[in-house]
Amino acid sequence: MRDINEHTAGEDLIIKTSVRLMVPFIQVFGLYVIVHGHYSPGGGFQGGVILGASFILLALAFGMKASQEYMTVSVNAVFNNLGPAIFVGVGVLCTLFGGLFLDYSALDNLIPLGVVEWRSFGIFLVEVGVGVAVMSIMVLLYWNLSSGGAMDEGL
Amino acid sequence: MNATNLHLFVLVVPLLAALAINLLGRRSRQWIAPLVLGSLAFSVFGSVIIMARVVEYGTLRYTVGNWQPPYGIELVVDPLSALMMVLIAVVALLASFSSLKSVEQELPGREHFFFTLYMILIVGLFGLVLTGDAFNLYVLLEITSITTYGLIAMGKGRAALSSFNYIIMGSIAACFYLLGIGYIYILTGTLNMADIARILPTLNAPVATATAIAFVLVGLWIKMAFFPLHSWLPNAYSQAPTGAGTLIAPLMTKVTVYLMVRVIITMYTPALVFTHEWIARGVVWAASLAIICGSVLALGQKDLRRMLTYIIIAEVGYMVGGIFLANANGLTGSILHIVNDAFMTLCLFLVVAAIIYRQGSVSLVSLRGIFRRMPITMAAFTLGAFAMIGVPPTCGFFSKWYLILGGIDGGHWEFVVALIVSSLINAVLFFRIIELGYFGSLPDGDNQEHAIDERREAPWWMLSPLVLTAVILIVVGLSTGPLVNNVIRLMIPVGF
Amino acid sequence: MEAIIGEVVAKYNYWIYVVLMMIGFYAMIGKRNLVKKLIGMNIFQTSIILFFVSTGVKKGGGIPIVDKYKALASNIDAATIVNPLPHVLMLTAIVVGVSVTGVALAVLQRIYREYGTLEEDEILEKLQR
Repeated sequence: MRDINEHTAGEDLIIKTSVRLMVPFIQVFGLYVIVHGHYSPGGGFQGGVILGASFILLALAFGMKASQEYMTVSVNAVFNNLGPAIFVGVGVLCTLFGGLFLDYSALDNLIPLGVVEWRSFGIFLVEVGVGVAVMSIMVLLYWNLSSGGAMDEGL
Repeated sequence: MNATNLHLFVLVVPLLAALAINLLGRRSRQWIAPLVLGSLAFSVFGSVIIMARVVEYGTLRYTVGNWQPPYGIELVVDPLSALMMVLIAVVALLASFSSLKSVEQELPGREHFFFTLYMILIVGLFGLVLTGDAFNLYVLLEITSITTYGLIAMGKGRAALSSFNYIIMGSIAACFYLLGIGYIYILTGTLNMADIARILPTLNAPVATATAIAFVLVGLWIKMAFFPLHSWLPNAYSQAPTGAGTLIAPLMTKVTVYLMVRVIITMYTPALVFTHEWIARGVVWAASLAIICGSVLALGQKDLRRMLTYIIIAEVGYMVGGIFLANANGLTGSILHIVNDAFMTLCLFLVVAAIIYRQGSVSLVSLRGIFRRMPITMAAFTLGAFAMIGVPPTCGFFSKWYLILGGIDGGHWEFVVALIVSSLINAVLFFRIIELGYFGSLPDGDNQEHAIDERREAPWWMLSPLVLTAVILIVVGLSTGPLVNNVIRLMIPVGF
Repeated sequence: MEAIIGEVVAKYNYWIYVVLMMIGFYAMIGKRNLVKKLIGMNIFQTSIILFFVSTGVKKGGGIPIVDKYKALASNIDAATIVNPLPHVLMLTAIVVGVSVTGVALAVLQRIYREYGTLEEDEILEKLQR
């Protein structure tokens, strides 16, 4: 199974070149969707999926090994846990500074930016956490499923 | 920082611990045990404080992010959910001692995966008992289910296949629940449970309301393995890793029964659910059948763990039947039985874990002479068995007493008969094992002569929670009076 | 007859949801291949997503994205925008669906490695041996 895929995936010049051209734009678009998620359509989940898709595209065109050079397995593991930790951490910070869980206005006591600004900025922090988590888990799901749990071969 | 956020910390601390276990446990497994035990000990401590506060000051309401209900997500801690929080925290802490040992033996090198899922499952269970929002409940139900699928699939042999069957059944159940919530949302335009309870009786839409109730209840019945819908449970629970079984078996079905109580009392109001007497009557008949069939099927099993899974199905029948008796004694008995059954199941599954740790199998044949090898374990087993049968000083007797009283009050003699028959069958089941363990000798006595008398007790990590659980069985039994008067009576709706 | 057709056409989205749901249900129960069961499960979930989303629809309703300053200056007429809440709920349900599908696919891979097949009857045959 491995050698068939080695030959079919990534041999084609057109696929390789177009993927190389597309991936940066996809990633910038993903970041755009994440950072604008709190006041326009988009958000952490959608942006995270787009970012994750860019890595999956790399894995499809260049093979899984190549995609793991851009995001190693251990970095992925850190992202997996960092995303939810940002989300929960923001919530816990709010409670530590006298508010309710995820009540961002309480963070005004930490850094005085103004209550309204913090309400907007807090949801942005949460969206970043969601985006990081979704991206890394999408990639991890793909790696695991396409390699049968071994994370080194596959498509 | 004050106690306002405490019940949220009970949930958040294990979640952060789960993330830390995933990250640090990869590097060294030294981190796992302190993180698991520390966070769960915190949860036990916190939930006991919350319980005291709720009993003293009444229901706590908490709005996440300070968004006011009915628009924001509301967490409600009333006496029943506080009781469930304490139950979940204590059971999880006791089970985790044993799981740490058995996972070390069964899944070497994958412990951090196991305990990440394990902690997220506990977080999901806490969330389920805290939430006051119908859709939030669906999401948390799926979180607990997905982690359970993963934990079960980690087992050996047929576990993956059983897990897949569970995934299919569990997803149908979740979709039914979601569909019911959809109808509720169309009818009332809200997802907050208290708001639904306020709006739903004022509407004059009996068919749509009945559809919504039916979908939600059927969904929950599949999740809790109520008798005709139980087929996924025995395989899934008996093939899960032992460490997962000790947590999943006592808590999953019981928390789902709690959800049914919650949905009936808080969301739909009993008046709407019990409008048609024939429906309640039908459910009680089904519950009686569940009790009889579960017990009879348990008789045919040749493996202790499989036998216990069928007893769980019978116990689910007890609780569902008790609720649908639609009187105060029945409901009290059901809620009390949620607590008691969780501890009884925990006790028996801890015994199973201890025996599997030492001899790798709990088939009835291999239990011969087990009393001589593991006397303390089997003493706890005997106590757990007595509780399951319903022998007076243990807790099982008191909830059965309330259930029987409820059955007599409601005139449901079939339920009373089923309860008594099932107690008799339980007696047969457990005394068979006690007899085998006490008087039986190992099948072929050639080179195992010395093994028979050799005492090979389970390690202290597994034995101490087991002994503690056995003590709890008696303590809970003796404190039934205060428990019913101070906590459960507060939850019985007026005019019930 | 015409009355029935009129009823179906008027509420076609709900009829489609029922039909999709039955297709998914049939696949989950009737098919012997485990992957087909999983696809049935996905169809089942999709039908419920369709059901929820169609509850938010309003005739002539626009997208629920409004200008912040306009909204603060004057109240927005709720009849002119579709109800966004079911969409948000379904976003969560989609995430749940993705996770369940992911777990199920991983479990299927384990089953395939163990038994070398994904046909239910062949697996049961192997188990009996």
